[in-house]
Order: sequence, then structure tokens, then C-alpha cells
Amino acid sequence: MDFLSYFIIVPLLTVLGIIVSRNDKQAKWTAAIGMSIQLVLAAVLVFRYLAERKAGNMAEFLFYHDYLWFPALNIRYTVGVDGISVAMVALTSLVIFTGIFASWEVKFQFREFFATLILLATGVFGFFICTDLFTMFLFYELAVLPMYLLIGIWGSGPKEYSAMKLTLMLMGGSALLLVGLIGLYFHSAPDGGPYTFNFIEISKVQIPIQMQYFLFPMTFVGFGILGALFPLHTWSPDGHSSAPTAVSMLHAGVLMKLGGYGCFRVAMFLMPEAAHDLSWIFLILTTISVVYGAFGAIMQKDLKYINAYSSVSHCGLVLFALLMMNETAINGAIMQMVSHGIMTALFFALIGMIYGRTHTRIIDEMGGLMRVIPFLAVAYVIAGLASLGLPGFSGFVAEMTVFVGSWQNTGTFYRVATVIACASIVITAVYILRVVGILLQGPVREPWYHQFTDATWYERISVGFLIAGIAGIGIAPLWLSNMITNSLGPIMDRLNMISFIH
Amino acid sequence: MGDFSFAYSIWIPLIPFFTFILLGLAGHILKPRLAGIIGTTALGVIFVMSLYTAYQYFFVYGMVDGVYQKIIAYNTTWLQFTDTLHIHMGVILDPISVMMLVVVTTVSFMVHLYSIGYMHGELGFERFFAFLSLFSFAMLGLVVATNIFQMYIFWELVGVSSYLLIGFYYQKPSAVAASKKAFIVTRFADLGFLIGILILSYITGTFDFITITDPNGAAIHQGSGTAFLGLSVMTWAVLLIFIGGAGKSAMFPLHIWLPDAMEGPTPVSALIHAATMVVAGVYLVARLFPVYYFSAPEALHVIAYVGGFTSLFAAVIACTQLDIKRILAFSTLSQIGYMMLALGVSGWGDHEGVGFMAGNFHLFTHAMFKALLFLGSGAIIHAVHSNYMNEMGGLRKYLPITHLTFLIACLTIAGIPPFSGFFSKDEILVAAYHHDKVLFFVEYFVAGLTAFYMFRLYFSVFWGKEPHYHHKPHEAPATMTIPLIFLALASIFTGFIPFTELVTTDGVPFHAHIDWGIALPSIGIGVLGILGAMVMYRRETNLPEKMAANLKYLYRWSYNKFYIDEVYLFITKKIIFRYISRPVAWFDRHMVDGAMNGMAGLTNLISFKIRGFQSGQVQKYAFVFVTGALALALVFIYLWTN
Repeated sequence: MDFLSYFIIVPLLTVLGIIVSRNDKQAKWTAAIGMSIQLVLAAVLVFRYLAERKAGNMAEFLFYHDYLWFPALNIRYTVGVDGISVAMVALTSLVIFTGIFASWEVKFQFREFFATLILLATGVFGFFICTDLFTMFLFYELAVLPMYLLIGIWGSGPKEYSAMKLTLMLMGGSALLLVGLIGLYFHSAPDGGPYTFNFIEISKVQIPIQMQYFLFPMTFVGFGILGALFPLHTWSPDGHSSAPTAVSMLHAGVLMKLGGYGCFRVAMFLMPEAAHDLSWIFLILTTISVVYGAFGAIMQKDLKYINAYSSVSHCGLVLFALLMMNETAINGAIMQMVSHGIMTALFFALIGMIYGRTHTRIIDEMGGLMRVIPFLAVAYVIAGLASLGLPGFSGFVAEMTVFVGSWQNTGTFYRVATVIACASIVITAVYILRVVGILLQGPVREPWYHQFTDATWYERISVGFLIAGIAGIGIAPLWLSNMITNSLGPIMDRLNMISFIH
Repeated sequence: MGDFSFAYSIWIPLIPFFTFILLGLAGHILKPRLAGIIGTTALGVIFVMSLYTAYQYFFVYGMVDGVYQKIIAYNTTWLQFTDTLHIHMGVILDPISVMMLVVVTTVSFMVHLYSIGYMHGELGFERFFAFLSLFSFAMLGLVVATNIFQMYIFWELVGVSSYLLIGFYYQKPSAVAASKKAFIVTRFADLGFLIGILILSYITGTFDFITITDPNGAAIHQGSGTAFLGLSVMTWAVLLIFIGGAGKSAMFPLHIWLPDAMEGPTPVSALIHAATMVVAGVYLVARLFPVYYFSAPEALHVIAYVGGFTSLFAAVIACTQLDIKRILAFSTLSQIGYMMLALGVSGWGDHEGVGFMAGNFHLFTHAMFKALLFLGSGAIIHAVHSNYMNEMGGLRKYLPITHLTFLIACLTIAGIPPFSGFFSKDEILVAAYHHDKVLFFVEYFVAGLTAFYMFRLYFSVFWGKEPHYHHKPHEAPATMTIPLIFLALASIFTGFIPFTELVTTDGVPFHAHIDWGIALPSIGIGVLGILGAMVMYRRETNLPEKMAANLKYLYRWSYNKFYIDEVYLFITKKIIFRYISRPVAWFDRHMVDGAMNGMAGLTNLISFKIRGFQSGQVQKYAFVFVTGALALALVFIYLWTN
């Protein structure tokens, strides 16, 4: 068994364990242990990956394994990782691990909840480690569909509506994607020979430019919906606000990154010419996303809506940076994915914990929480500061890399777009500090708040790990940045070739 | 330089960082007093280290061939953006950074010591010390930054420590609002700073200060072509960077956060909002001075006039305020305006560069006497439990040490010899005189106003009519008076430090003498201001009311701070919140999302309309089938026959 497949097998075994467990407590601990193993595996993966690179292994994808799965169409189960997928896998394991502890107290249908949740995570892991487009698509669907159940059954508020909306919009994206992927498949062997879904091989061939103009928007928009591309982002506020805590964490933290990752890996990597020519359209949309999401967040009252709009802004920055198409900006985009993933998971975890105490998410109905639940309140401030890009946390590193990278593109269009995107750092400060001011500071709002207990041990684990993640990257970002940059060679070669031709 | 290594100096910022981590994570376990002692001891250690570094730098190893060198004591790569643009974290030692090390650690140490007494018994005592350590770390990191991005990083960190400390009393809504305002206004300014850095680093290909500011290097001459509105790219870059500096140093019109920042505990006002953080903008301009001077003289003019205007504007406001901390805050604005002006009118090399020297000199002396004023006002507030001047009076009997040290500080700021403020202000006036007569006379006038409003404060608090005190005011404990005495001594004697031989534009010392032709009138104006205040406020008279009535409009505008706050409120609340944010939220819910829901609704509607076809009735199916077949047949026949 190859090393990478453990990332699928461990969660699957965990799901199995949860199903056969006899009571909630067993299920809980099965999930916790399984995801702890997963987290350790991810750490091992990072170290092994860095060690291999250090030892001089310059292969594009490491730990590469290839199994023929469906011979008739040459569909394969191919796994392999580069620095970018390693970062994504590590992010996913951190978020699902902390997600388990954040939902320690789910009351209703406990086992089913955890089994579905981890199944969803399996899909995400599979997506990040596979290099075969068809298998990726399969895992992608595996990640999106359980969301419907999770929100529809364990959600709150208008949960049926939100679940339906989210699923339908993402399915719409999938439809576009499927067209794109099949299109790519049929152009994967211009010189004869069997067609392939393996993107490493597709990246070596030249897709006809007319075809690219058709397929690139398909795949980019298809994945872009998941990455909250304006104006197709509206599933996000409703979906997040109705979803239970761990689902929001996983969804905003990881699933939205599937979008960015797919845009990068499939749309841009395989069709660089079209990306180069059409990027301006999407650049306009993502620039709008960045400020629009931030302005949208200012006037919201529900904590989850605020964070959802904030995610629109931050994820907009991911796509924005990708479309700047130079090494620094793309590096920043990937870092922003990791950073936003951890940060937003932390936010949603905290929102869930606060909601569990005050039973409301409307900020105007709360106040003075700093006095009664200092641990959670301080953690919320930290998450907020990370979100507004304070140095020492991951957000700053990612945003600055994006901005410096974007500035390397000359031309008024790029400059204006970059300045507008930079302006988001001010708007973000406005809505973050507004929430902190109303929610945490000020006098204690209700007398019964004094009976609150501060974070429990499992809440502390969840929050502590996530904070360690953002602070770790924020204080020592060089290793992550290098790990990503070193994997950008192939795509940069292709992009540079185009700029050379033009 | 010999074999001596300054590498140890990296610990000057790092020690407070570790103190912060320790107090932040374990503060609630420690006894409050212990937390205070840990924080203060750490600062004491780095205070000594800074003095040692200053000694080694200025008198032993710093000068090579008659020029003070820029020494990179430590440097490590933190992040790589592109092949050439790297962020380093390091320590640069040159005259201004070493001077700043001394300023920051001195004031910070004194403030730590003072806070043990002042904050005694407050809720969150250990949190306060943790934040103070965080601030000290950030400020020292800013001061020793080897490159502009490191400076920006620590710039943001001092901003957040300021935010945390202003909002220290987080249950008080006014403190929360003030902290928010401070952060957002400076963040807005930092946006300019950031874009300035982006432009600067793009045209010079580096973040490194030494490379950028080398007058003979290639980097400084980049971007000299006209770009936009007749100014060169470089001018735009450094102007944008100056916006960042103006925000942090509260220059008009970005000054509005500073008076509100007085909501923070008084030691914080002394440390952050008087002596150190607010002069970061001055330090930034000083750090990039060669770029301003050689490549962007227009920007330097802007700085001079912004500084000059702010000093006048703030001094006028300070004359009418009643809250003693706010008076001091406006006085700080005014004095920082002086420093900016000094840099703005400076030339290069020897006597030409006297403005640069004077700006830094004033920064140094101002840090001492303004910290003293704030700590003194803290002792007053501690004694009478009020910030308002009209609830004070006759305190000289109750607070002898505070009274004496406060008087020294007032004389210093009024520019009376032999106190330090006289020397530094005199050099600024000399620099202004040789450069721009308008600014020179404005500053003369401001000097008079300064003496007036400071002594208005002094006489109202320590003389004047004694109100009825609920508790008999009592002198502060030793932990508070020792810093007062120390800083009073510093205010008296720092004027004799030969700055012309230490801090110069090009690192080459020069000699300067006091120009009595300029100094004597300035002393005269200062004395006039003091006398005016004495007549009006030493005894209770109706003169102030008469004055106010005569200058009705000026008084009202000054009292309301020229309504700048209202302008800001209009922009934020009305324009941004009501006319941008709310429409965006509405647009998103109703238009964008409405379109999505509309699509879903349309699908629903269509399926509702056509679902009748799937009725399950065989007759109906047969009917449709036959009709359809007939229709098709007709179409085919029609096509064939044509």
C-alpha cells in the first residue's frame, strides 16, 4: 500500500468504526482517534516531503502511485503530491481534527453526523492527493453531496432551503466541470494513443486554443463557484449560517479551497493560454469579490453571515492572486488558502461555542463576553486580528505575498486592481473591530451571562490547535512559502512561455 | 569597528517578546505583583543593554574614519517574495536607531515602574504588563528594522498594541470606541504606507534601507521620471509612505484618533501616545531622509507644511480644552509637528542638515518631558480622580513632588533655558529660519501658544481656586514618584547632549552654537506666554471668560476641535455605512441572490406548468401521441410537397 492512500483509508476505516460503535461515546472517541492519526500522518507527510526535496528528489509529484481502475476509458487511481497538495492535505487534517473536537456535544443522531462528516473529509483528502481528473471529480462529488445531508439534518434556521441552495449551486458548478473535464479528456492525446485523465500528462500536451477558450471558462467557473466567485457566491452566506459548527468549519476552511485548488490545478495549469487571455474577465470579478465581500460584511448582524462575507472577500483574494499569474502572487494565493482555511475554521468554531452559550448569533443581542468567557473571547480577538492581516499571523504573510506579487504585473489595469484589493485591509479592520467592540467588549449584556463556563477541554484543544496553526505560519512562514514556490516550476514554465510568445 | 560584535542587540527586542509570551500565557496564574516585577525587570535589563549599546556605538566602535557607520548587527531571512525582494528580520545600528533604542527603553522602563503603583489593584494588572511588553517588543523591532518591510510589520504590531492598550478598560464604551477609531484611522494611513512600499520596492528592487538610502547608490535615483500629476514615481512612493507616517504620528488631518486615545490608562498615554509610537512617523521620515532629500524634494516640502500646520492647529485647540490629558495630547500633536517641520526644512551635510539633527534632538527631549508631563498628570488624576481641570486647583500643597517635576516639564516645553526643550526647539527654529520664513514665524507664534496653554494647565491645576475634594489628595507612592524625578532630571540635562556631534544627516559630526539672535526672541515669546497664563489663571479671575467672549467664534471652533471629528463621522457613518455598505448588502441579498432564487423559482414554475403532461391518464397520452403524430405528418407532407 502506498503512503498517500492512507489518507483515504484511515478516514474510511474511521467511518466504519463509527458505524459499528455501540454508543455515542465510542463513536466520539473513534472519530477523535481516527482524525488524530490523520493529523499525525499529515505531519509525517510534511516532514517526509521536505526530506525528499532536501535529498534532491526533483520529481514533479512525489510518492507517486498509479493503479488502473477502469481500463475501458483509461481511468486511473493515480496519487501523487507536490508542495501545494501537501499544504492542502495538512490544512484538511488540521481542520477536520479540530472540527471533531468542536462538535463534541452534538446531541442528535451523533454517529450518523460524525460518519457523514468524516466521509466528506475523505472526499476532500482524495481530491487533493489524486492526479487523475476523473478520480478527482469523483472525490469532489463525494465531498459536496454529504454537505446536503449535514446541513439539511443537523443545521439550524432555514436549513432545508440553505441545503438545497448550496447543493444545487454547487451541482451547477459540477455540471460545467464535467463538460470541461470530458473536453480535456478528448484532447489529451493529440498524437493518437489512449486518452487520459491524468493531469500531469495532459499538462504536457497542447490543447487547441479554440478549445481552451471554451473549456477554460467551464472549469474555472465550475471550480470558482466553490471558491465563492462573484456573483456565484450566494450559497455561501446561507449555507454557512445554517450549517452546524463542524460543517461550517470544514466547508469554509477546506471545501472552498477545493475551488481555488481546482482553478489552479485544472483550469490554469492545463490551459495556460486561455488563462492568460481570459484572466482579465475573472480578475475584474475577483477584485469585486474582494471589496464587495468586505463591504457586505460591515452591515451584517449575524456572526456567521459576517464570517461568510468575510470568506467571500478572502477567497476572492485567492482567485485574484491566481489570476495575476506570476510566481509570487500564486504562492500568495496558496498561502492565503491555507491561512484562510485555518482562520475561518477558528472563527466558525468560536461562533459555534459562543452560540452554544448565548443561544443567539445576532451581535446586537450580545455584549461584554470578554468578562465572562475570557478564553473564547481572547481567541476570537486573535482570530479577528489574524483575519485583518496582523503580522505574526498567517493572514498577513499570505496577503502581503499576494500584494507584492500582484504589483509585479505592470500596466494600469493590474495596478488599479491591486490597489482596490489592498483597500480591503482597511474595510476588514472595520468589520472585525465592529464585531469585537459589540460582542466582546463593553459591559456584560445579560446578568445570566455570569453563569457561563469558559471553554471546556475539548474546546480548548480545538481552538488551541487552530491558533497554533495561524501563529506558526505567521511567525515562521519561510518553510511553507518555499515548499509552495518549489512546486510552482512547471506551471511557471508554461506561463512564461506564453508571455514570451505574446 | 574591530572585533566587537553587536549581535547581542537582537535580544533587546526579543526579551520583551518572551516576557509578553510568558505573561500572556501564564499571567493569570502569577500573582499580579510578580507579573509587574517580571515585566519591569525585563525592561530594566534591556534599558541597561541599550545604554551599553549607545555607549559602544557612539564612543567606541560606531565611528570609522570620522563617519558614523550603519551597522547590521543581525539579519536573517524571514520570507522571500521574489528573487530579489526578501523580508529580513534584523537589527540595524546607526545614530538614529541607537538614539531611539535609548528613548524607547528609558521611557518604557520608567512607565513600567510607574505602572506598578498606578495600576495597583486594577483588574487585569498582568494583562496590562503583557501588553506593555508586547508594545515594547514591537516598538524596538520597528526601531531596529533593517528594511522597510520589517518596519511595516512592526508598525502594524505597535498599532495593535496601541489598540489593545487604549481599549484596556474594555467594559467602558468610550474606551472601546476610541481604540477602534485609533486602529482604523491608522490602518487607513497604513494602506498608503503599504502601497508606497509596493511602489518603492518595485522601482528599487529591494526593501533594504541601506541600499535604498545610499546617496551614491543606484536605487535612490530610480523612478525619477514623471508619473502622475507632474510628480515622479519616487515622489509618489515616498509621499504615500509619508501618509503612513502621518497617520501614526497623528498629523493633520489624520490626527483625530490621538486625543480620543487618551481613554487608555495614563501610563500608556505617556509611553505610546506621547514619547514613542507617535514619533514613529518622524522616525520613518528620518530613516528615509536621503530619499526624500535627493529624490523627492517636493515631498519634503509637503512634510514641512503638514508639520507646521499641525503644530499651529493643535496648539490653538490645546488652549481651550479642559481635560488635562487632552491638552497634553494636542500638545503632543503640536510638538510632533515641530519635528516633522524640522525634517522638512532640513538640507544635507554639516550645517545644512541642522533640521534633521534638530528633529531628532527634539524627538529625544520631547520624549522625556512629555512622558514626564503625562506621568505627572497621571499622579494628579490618581490624587483627585478626575481628568477635568475645572475640578482641580491648589494642588501644589498636596502633591509637592508632582508639582515640582510638572513645573520643570512645563518650563522645558515652553523653551526656557537651561532646560532641554530650549536647545532642541532653538535648533528647529534655526533650521526653519534658513529655509522658510513663513514657517519660521508660525513656529515663533506656536512657541508662545505652547507656553500659554501649558501654563494655563499648570496654574489651573496647582494654583487657582481649590475646589472641594471628597478625599484629601495625597502624593503618589514611590514607584510613581521615582520615574517622575528621573524624567525631570532627564528633562533638565538632556539638552546638553551634543547632538550635532552624534546624529547628523551624513554621519559626520559638526559643531553648532546657539544663535542668540533667534533664541532670545523665542525665550521672550515663551515668557510672554507664561505671564499671560499667570495673569489669567493663577488666581481666579473673569479674564478667561472675557477672552472667550471676545474671540467667540475662534473659541467655539477651537473648543470643538474645528469640527474635524464631525467630518469623519459624516464620512464613515453616512457615506460608507449608509451609502456603500448597506446598498451592497441589499444588492447581494435582493439582486444577486434574487437572481439565483429567481432561477430556482422559474424552474419550479416551468415544472409546475408542464407537470400536467405527466398525468398518468392513458387517454391523455394517447391524445397527445396522436395529435403529435398528425402534426408531424403534416409538417413532413408540407416539406415534401415543396
